[in-house]
Amino acid sequence: MSGADFVPLSLVPILIGVFTAIACALPGNFLLLRRQALIGDAISHVVLPGIVLAFLVTGSTGTWPMMAGAAVAAVVAVVLIEAIRRLGRVESGAAMGVVFTAMFAGGVLLLERSDTSAVHLDVEHALMGNLESLIWLDAEGWSSLLDPVALAGLPPELTRIFVTMLGVAAFLWLFWRPLKIATFDEGFAQGAGIRTGALGMALVIVAAIAAVAAFDAVGSIIVIAMFICPPAAARLMTDRLEAQIAWSVGFATLSAVAGYVLAGYGPLWFGGVNAVSAAGMIATVSGVILALATIFGPCRSRTGAPSGT
Amino acid sequence: MTHLELAADHGRMVEAENLASSPLAIRGLTVSYGEKPAIFSVDATFEDGSMTAIIGPNGAGKSTLLKAALGVVRPLSGRVTVYGGPLEGARGRIAYVPQRASVDWDFPARVIDVVLMGLYRELGLLARVTGRHRSRAMDCLARVGMENFAHRQIGKLSGGQQQRVFLARALAQDADLYLLDEPFAGVDAATEKAIIDVLKALNAGGKTVVAVHHDLATVTEYFDRVFLINVRKVGEGPVESTFTGEALQKAYGGRLAVTQIDGLALGAV
Repeated sequence: MSGADFVPLSLVPILIGVFTAIACALPGNFLLLRRQALIGDAISHVVLPGIVLAFLVTGSTGTWPMMAGAAVAAVVAVVLIEAIRRLGRVESGAAMGVVFTAMFAGGVLLLERSDTSAVHLDVEHALMGNLESLIWLDAEGWSSLLDPVALAGLPPELTRIFVTMLGVAAFLWLFWRPLKIATFDEGFAQGAGIRTGALGMALVIVAAIAAVAAFDAVGSIIVIAMFICPPAAARLMTDRLEAQIAWSVGFATLSAVAGYVLAGYGPLWFGGVNAVSAAGMIATVSGVILALATIFGPCRSRTGAPSGT
Repeated sequence: MTHLELAADHGRMVEAENLASSPLAIRGLTVSYGEKPAIFSVDATFEDGSMTAIIGPNGAGKSTLLKAALGVVRPLSGRVTVYGGPLEGARGRIAYVPQRASVDWDFPARVIDVVLMGLYRELGLLARVTGRHRSRAMDCLARVGMENFAHRQIGKLSGGQQQRVFLARALAQDADLYLLDEPFAGVDAATEKAIIDVLKALNAGGKTVVAVHHDLATVTEYFDRVFLINVRKVGEGPVESTFTGEALQKAYGGRLAVTQIDGLALGAV
């Protein structure tokens, strides 16, 4: 495929897929180790009432009101989950279950009881996103990457997810040491003066921001998959957290690129005529990588089981 | 001033002195996880340079006492002073060894990574780990006899080895007060010996050691002071005068056979 086709049609979706996958996989490493991996799933449900409310308040289905509504809903959910977990003294999975079911139901209720149901809030769009439609019309080939006029026509989703990814990476870089200590041994971390409650909350809020930024471009399937699959596969490849992060970024990138290419061209190779959903295929590839890591990963034995003395 | 007022005044002065000189002084500490308090209105004064065992039956609040002293659990009421001041100002002088079973040893880290966590207060958020830090961590591992395991994944260690790694991390904290939660729980004899040797060496160097301890048979051999607790404080003082059959009977209620207590108390003399 020549640059004249590839750059306008495929480069931007692939980059958005890669940045999304990395932005989700990075905090996913810590969520996984903290047994909070399902928080991505929870966030994907709770943003519905936020989006509906944002529409009711602003009357627009523009990107920014939707994003703001979703982000606020995600933060409210995170705070509620923490509050229920602490005040109710229940396990975090139970707290998540209560909050995301209740907020999702609230969103559906809002949607039905207001006239927003007339507005096209597309379920398929929410699940799959529209990665393939994020094309760069101003590009004519590789030379457009150096052309300021063409660059100005880049889809805004690309900048948004790139900035989000950088923000997520900066958070992890800055709080790497306390995050690592608090994730391994919360009691010791508190004894050393680390404010583990605030740190855990910040981590989940960062994950929520990554998730909301990703929904817009790629839908919720990919978000849930990217929070869990690349970090889980990476854990099976190494016994060091630093290396695990590196592996997870690699797997996330591989999933996004391979998933996009397979979705676009795979069916043609098998004589099909239509491409399949890129987001769905990216999630599938990440699942296949996890399956392979489970079978062949060098650190796949569960080593933390009580070993006796 | 009447005699009574003088006596009260003197009492306050003694109390103030106790608080100022004690590495860890606890007053009226109450902690509750649910309806019932885990510890209730506990006073404790741990003496500088002492080696104290916290003793009591299961569920007596031994671990809770340590955690509340460190601010790991929030007390309902009470006050904790560390070296005469508030806890926050003295965190750098405290090393803490939580229960081994409180963490997931499947965590992706090597032995040396865990020991380096002990340097957190020194390194802060962004300072780089240098060769000097690494060699200090290796020294701490050598003190617990684990220098040959530095690059092993922590999940691949035995329980006793894991406990030694925890102690090495506390040594890396280079503190004046060492708080240990059941350091001898479920460890092999060699590890128990290695740990008590390290603790005695720390103590000989003037450090204060406070350990939650469950093996009554070794109390007199390992410690010079005891703190007996069963939700409320039962007693505190030197092993010879406080670790008595009567006090143990009070702390453990009917849960310890009288003959057992007599045997232990005899051993204490």
